[in-house]
Amino acid sequence: MSDYSITIGTFIAIQAIVACGLNVIVGYAGQISLGHAAFFGIGAYASALLTTAGGLSFWTALPIVLSITGFIGLVLGLPSLRLKEDFLAITTIGINFIVVSVFLYVPFFGGALGIGGIPRVMLFGERLRGTPFFLLCLGFLAAVLLISWLFTRSWSGLACFALREDEAAASSMGVSPVRFKLVAFVLGTAMAGLGGALYAHYMRFISATDFGFPMSIMFLSMVVVGGMGTLWGPVLGALILGVLPEVFRPLTDYRMFLYAALLLLMIRFQPGGLLGETSVARQIFTRLKGGHGR
Amino acid sequence: MQLFLEQLLNGLAIGAIYAMITLGLALVYGILRILHVAHAAVYTVGAYVGLAIFSSTHSLTLAVLGSMAFCAALGVLIERFVYYPLLKYPPYVPLIGSIACLLAIEELCRLVGGPEILPFPANLPFPSFTVGGILISSTLSAVYGISAGVLLLLWFITTKTELGLAMRATSQDRAIASSMGINSHWVISVTFMIGSAVAAIAGILVGIYYNQVYPTMGAVPAYKTLALIVVGGLGSVPGAVLAAVLLGVGETLLIGYAGIPLPRDALAFIAMIAVLLWRPQGLLGGRR
Repeated sequence: MSDYSITIGTFIAIQAIVACGLNVIVGYAGQISLGHAAFFGIGAYASALLTTAGGLSFWTALPIVLSITGFIGLVLGLPSLRLKEDFLAITTIGINFIVVSVFLYVPFFGGALGIGGIPRVMLFGERLRGTPFFLLCLGFLAAVLLISWLFTRSWSGLACFALREDEAAASSMGVSPVRFKLVAFVLGTAMAGLGGALYAHYMRFISATDFGFPMSIMFLSMVVVGGMGTLWGPVLGALILGVLPEVFRPLTDYRMFLYAALLLLMIRFQPGGLLGETSVARQIFTRLKGGHGR
Repeated sequence: MQLFLEQLLNGLAIGAIYAMITLGLALVYGILRILHVAHAAVYTVGAYVGLAIFSSTHSLTLAVLGSMAFCAALGVLIERFVYYPLLKYPPYVPLIGSIACLLAIEELCRLVGGPEILPFPANLPFPSFTVGGILISSTLSAVYGISAGVLLLLWFITTKTELGLAMRATSQDRAIASSMGINSHWVISVTFMIGSAVAAIAGILVGIYYNQVYPTMGAVPAYKTLALIVVGGLGSVPGAVLAAVLLGVGETLLIGYAGIPLPRDALAFIAMIAVLLWRPQGLLGGRR
C-alpha cells in the first residue's frame, strides 16, 4: 500500500476507535453526547504531556492516560444523571467548547501553539511509523471491538440496554441508572482517550483546534451513519466518512458541500444507520438468510 | 461611567440580535422538540440574499422583504424535507440532519458568495440622537427599534390571534390539536416561516451592524443560541429572549471589565451549565 493510503487508513482506524467509544455511550446506554471530541482531546493532551514534559514512554503513559480520561468522563458524565435528552445534548456541546478553550487559553497546555515534539511509539526497540503504526492502530481497534462485544454480553451491558429502552421500568426492577450510566461513560471516554493518545503520537504535534465541536459531530455522524448500537456500525461509519472526502478530493471546492449533502441524504433516507434494524443492508441480509433457511 | 453606559448599550444591541435569532429556535423547539441548528444557516442566507438584493436595487426595504420571503421559503423547505419525515426517530437523528443542513448551506454560501468577508454598506433610515451626553448611533437605534417591533409583533401573534392559539395547541399536543380540527402540519410550516423570516431580519441587521457578511457567520450563533434556549427554558419564548439579552449585556461587560481569559463563547456555556445545575428547567421554563 502507498504511504497515502496508509495515512488515510491510520486516521480511519483511530477515528473508528473513538467512534466505538461514543457508541458505548450513545448506542448502548442511550445517553446522547455531542462533546466526544473533548475526551479525544483530553487523551491526546494527557499522553502528549506525560511523554514530553513527564518523560514517560507511550506504554507506561497509556494506563495513566486511560485512567485520566475515564475519570474525567466519570465527572463530566455526572450531569447525565440530572439532565435528560436535549438538555444533556446541549450540555455536552458546552463541555466541548469549555475543554477546547481551556486547552487554548491555559499556558500549561501550550496555548494556541499546542504541544509539539511528541515522541513516536516504541515497540521492541523499533520506532513505529507508516505500516507498523497502522497495524498497531488496527490491533487496538480489534481490542476495542472485543471489549465492546464483551460489554454487550456482560451484566453491565444488559443493564445499559434495559435503561436505554425504559429507564423507569429498569430502575424499578433494581437496575441502578446511576451506576450503569457512569460505567458506560467511563468505558466510552476511556476508548476516546486511547484514540487521542494514538492520534497524538501519530501526528507528533497537537493543538486545541483538532478537538473542537465539528470533530464531535464527525464522531456522532460516524456512529449514526454506520448504525447506532451495532458492533460494526461505528467502524463502517468511520470508513465511509473517512474515505468520502478523499474520493471527493479532485472536486476541490465542491468537496465539503458534497460531503455535507451526502451526510444529509444518508440521515434522511437511512435514519437507523446503514447497519441498523430497518436498513436496506439488514433487510437484504435477512432475506438472503431466510431464503437459505427454507 | 460614560464608557460603562456605552458598553451597556452595545451589549443591549447584541442581546437584541441574539434574541431575534433565538426566537425562531425557541418557536421551533416548542412545536417540534427539535434542536434546529440549521436556523443559523437560514440567518446566514438571510444576510447574503439581503446583500444581493441591496447591491442590485439599492433599496433596503426591498432587501429586507425579499430576504424575509426567501428565508421563509427556505425554512419551510428544511422542515418539509428534513424534519417532518424524521420526527418519529430519536431526537439525535433530526439533530444530525440539521447539522448536515447547516454545513451544506454554509458551503453553498461560500461557493456562491465567495469565501471572503463582504461589506454591507447600508445606512439604516433611523435617527441618531444623544441622551445625557451619550450618542446613540442610527445603527444602534435601528437595532433597538426593529427588534422591539419584531418582539412585540411576535408576542401579539402568539398570544392574541387564532394562529397563535393553534400554535400553542400544536406545541402542547400535536395529536389532540389535529383531532380538534387544527391542521397541525400547516401550523408547523407557518412557525418555520415566521422564525425564518425573523432570522433573515437578524442576518441583515448583523451584516450592517458589523459591516460584514461571510459564509461562517452562523457558526457561533448556531451553538450559542442552543445554550440560550436551554437557559431560558426549552420552548419558552420569553425565557429565550430574557436569556439572550442577559447574555448580550453580560458578555460585553465581562469582556470589557473583568478581563477573563476565556473567550466569550466559553463563558456562555459556563453560564448555561451553572444555570442548569441550579434550575434544570431553565430560567422561565415550567416543570414538565
